[in-house]
Amino acid sequence: MHPDSVEKKISKQKSRSHLLQEPVNLNELEKQLINRLQGDLPLTERPFLQIADELGTTESEVILVLNRLLEEGVITRFGPLFDISKGSGCFSLCALKVPQTDIDRIASIVNEFPQVAHNYLRDNEWNMWFVLAAKCQDELTAIFEQIVELTGCPGINCPKEKEFFVGLNLPV
Amino acid sequence: MNTIEKKIIEKMQAGMPISEKPYEEIAEALNISQTQLLRTLDGMKKSGLIRRIGLVPNHYAIGYTVNLMTVWDIKDSDIDQVGVSVGALDFVSHCYQRPRHLPDWPYNFFAMVHGKSEAEANDKMQQINLLIKDSCRQFTSLKSTKILKKTGLRI
Repeated sequence: MHPDSVEKKISKQKSRSHLLQEPVNLNELEKQLINRLQGDLPLTERPFLQIADELGTTESEVILVLNRLLEEGVITRFGPLFDISKGSGCFSLCALKVPQTDIDRIASIVNEFPQVAHNYLRDNEWNMWFVLAAKCQDELTAIFEQIVELTGCPGINCPKEKEFFVGLNLPV
Repeated sequence: MNTIEKKIIEKMQAGMPISEKPYEEIAEALNISQTQLLRTLDGMKKSGLIRRIGLVPNHYAIGYTVNLMTVWDIKDSDIDQVGVSVGALDFVSHCYQRPRHLPDWPYNFFAMVHGKSEAEANDKMQQINLLIKDSCRQFTSLKSTKILKKTGLRI
């Protein structure tokens, strides 16, 4: 096995376009896999064999289908979901009030920052909502202020004060 | 978080291979045994550092085309009670208390709801409203109209 094959496989996930924004048609196995794997992958030597057994299909089919769904952008990530707030690092949800005519330019300024984890356009006067991830509170505040200054748009910084529930399960 | 947990996060932050023996591949790349990797991952799940291991669907692609960020102005004294009741609803994926920014932004409670149509998502928001209306001064929703950037990091 080539020593960096793991990196190569994972980096495919990094570089993929996430801009598929239209519903796609899914077959039964694809639906079953998406439903099942919004739950937990077993911690065993051959976890996809166990999933295949549960769903009455083969390991190779499961691997093939999941890789294809990832390739097509139907799933955006496969792996552990870390709760980084339990470790080190600081996060915040921030918003900018961006003039409608200037969305693309401002988005490219904001997205340029590696600390911007995601960025969504929303139908409100506070229309650009993004998550900042930084090493510490000082860095986070500095990045937020830099974004406000560079874009010239009014901004609000809304770090979570309390989390009540996080868990996404969208049945298909 | 210990050194090995940090290494695992670094290596698996962007995802993991979908192959016959994915944990073995990761363990080899980290120069540890598969047993040690599995034991550490299990510990990280128990401590909450890992929420779960699995896939993240592109919710647009699987038909959940409407994503409403509902925002609520909740009386400070009622926020915990509201958080617990809204968090218990199965169609709410995240809910958080966040600071107000008066006068621009009066909302201190955020709950994300997903729907296959605008009507479905709005109906879910009305269900939240029925549940918490005595504690709520005003609310609105912000629909996502475009993903401008999305990376693997999920908060």
